Amino acid sequence: MDITSTVDKNKYKKDRVILHSDCNGFYASVECLYNPQLRNKPVAVSGDAENRHGIILAKNEIAKKYNIKTGEAIWQAMQKCPELVTVSPHFTLYKRFSAMAKRIYSEYTDRIENFGLDEAWLDLTGNIKGSGFDTAVEIKERIKRELGITVSIGVSFNKIFAKFGSDYKKPDAVTCITRDNYRDIVWNSPAGDLLYVGKATKKKLNRIGIYTIGDIANTSPDILRNHLGKWGDLIYGFANGFDSSPVSHMNEKSDIKSIGNSTTTPRDMKTFDDVKSVMYVLCDSVCRRMREQGFMAKTVGISARDRELNCFTRQSTLEEHTNLTKVITDNIFNLFKKSYNMQVPLRSVGVFVTDFAHDNIPHQINLLQNEERIIQNKNLDKTLDSLKKRFGNYIVRPAVLLKDNGLSAFNPKDEHTIHPMSYL
Amino acid sequence: MKKYIKVTATFDCDGNLLPEYIYWDDNKRYPVDKITDIRYAASLKAGGAGIRYTCRILGKERFLFLEENRWFVDTKADAK
Repeated sequence: MDITSTVDKNKYKKDRVILHSDCNGFYASVECLYNPQLRNKPVAVSGDAENRHGIILAKNEIAKKYNIKTGEAIWQAMQKCPELVTVSPHFTLYKRFSAMAKRIYSEYTDRIENFGLDEAWLDLTGNIKGSGFDTAVEIKERIKRELGITVSIGVSFNKIFAKFGSDYKKPDAVTCITRDNYRDIVWNSPAGDLLYVGKATKKKLNRIGIYTIGDIANTSPDILRNHLGKWGDLIYGFANGFDSSPVSHMNEKSDIKSIGNSTTTPRDMKTFDDVKSVMYVLCDSVCRRMREQGFMAKTVGISARDRELNCFTRQSTLEEHTNLTKVITDNIFNLFKKSYNMQVPLRSVGVFVTDFAHDNIPHQINLLQNEERIIQNKNLDKTLDSLKKRFGNYIVRPAVLLKDNGLSAFNPKDEHTIHPMSYL
Repeated sequence: MKKYIKVTATFDCDGNLLPEYIYWDDNKRYPVDKITDIRYAASLKAGGAGIRYTCRILGKERFLFLEENRWFVDTKADAK
């Protein structure tokens, strides 16, 4: 999708009735529902500290009062609130609740677009009898009654303002952003409250004297483009309410832009061999997912975070599109070797592929390449994929992982894939 | 308090699943005399969510929940 076309004023057709529903403190709310004795205590759902995944994933309303933030380490949260109760996550349960919420949404429209497990856009245009607000209140009350958790819902004429509305008042609330009130409500809010204005963009905007969403809306798009590139046009359109991106159909798959997996390992990776065994597992997952989608990629990338929490990302372009595990893995590991000298041990690495083409496009055979080997590798991947599909992820593994050093026993492909898809 | 219980239920010709008997700790089986309401609901008392059957058992109204493939009721804290 051409990103600027979704915010082109001239292409904006008509106002729609869009709802954005956000389950409040989703994981923590479900845990509190299932453990009534926790309901009056500050509760946070956190990753496993022993495996060094010890960050806060969600918190309940009481914990929020202690200024506990999602993403901070458990020890930081405990400093703010020593009586904080931390519980481990139960993703199967959360997925069930997400499906239950979706069942309710689907009674109102078939245009439902999920944004992670706990958020969804609904396009009710032409599907409702009363007003968008009345339907939002009805959905909110039904979720409270049928699921035992609360949601906040934003109602507006485009997706961006609907999302803004659901963040505006929490928990258990409905906020309408209309043509009449968006200048008062949205424009007076800080620039960082707009979807796609993150920390880095906010800093850049502040540097040129832009502090509120209204400032973005009233700045010339040329100035924004100068400082932010094409994102300048995008956030200008968002701030002015020109967003016309559709809410996708519930069975429609979003356009996939990239596929990636990353992991924080149980101990630091100190040598290239350590990184290699983790990357083998990650690349295997990424390549299998890519083949399942019927894609080949031309760009591969890595991301890493060292013991001192410094991060870096690198990417490189291949000569041609491919989805062969061996080719991708070799290229990714070469890229890593070129980019990092292992002076500081690493705590997490990730790999990703992007720049896709469909795997059924005609392919130019290269005289200088060993085509026979490529076909062999293709057949090998096909066989391994079908073995793993039938007998599980661990049925066949590369020999390099046999000298397992405690780093490669994980399955990124089938473990939770629950993070929000990119909006665009 | 949440208590999972054994239930005998039948599918009727229209595909509705209806509980007929519940089994309690004293190994006795109690008939569900009447089902007055069926709806999706959460149980804040017991902690769970699923399909809630409002049943008449021994002349008293009781909620029986079907959560995925298990049945539960809300009991007083002293019941095991």
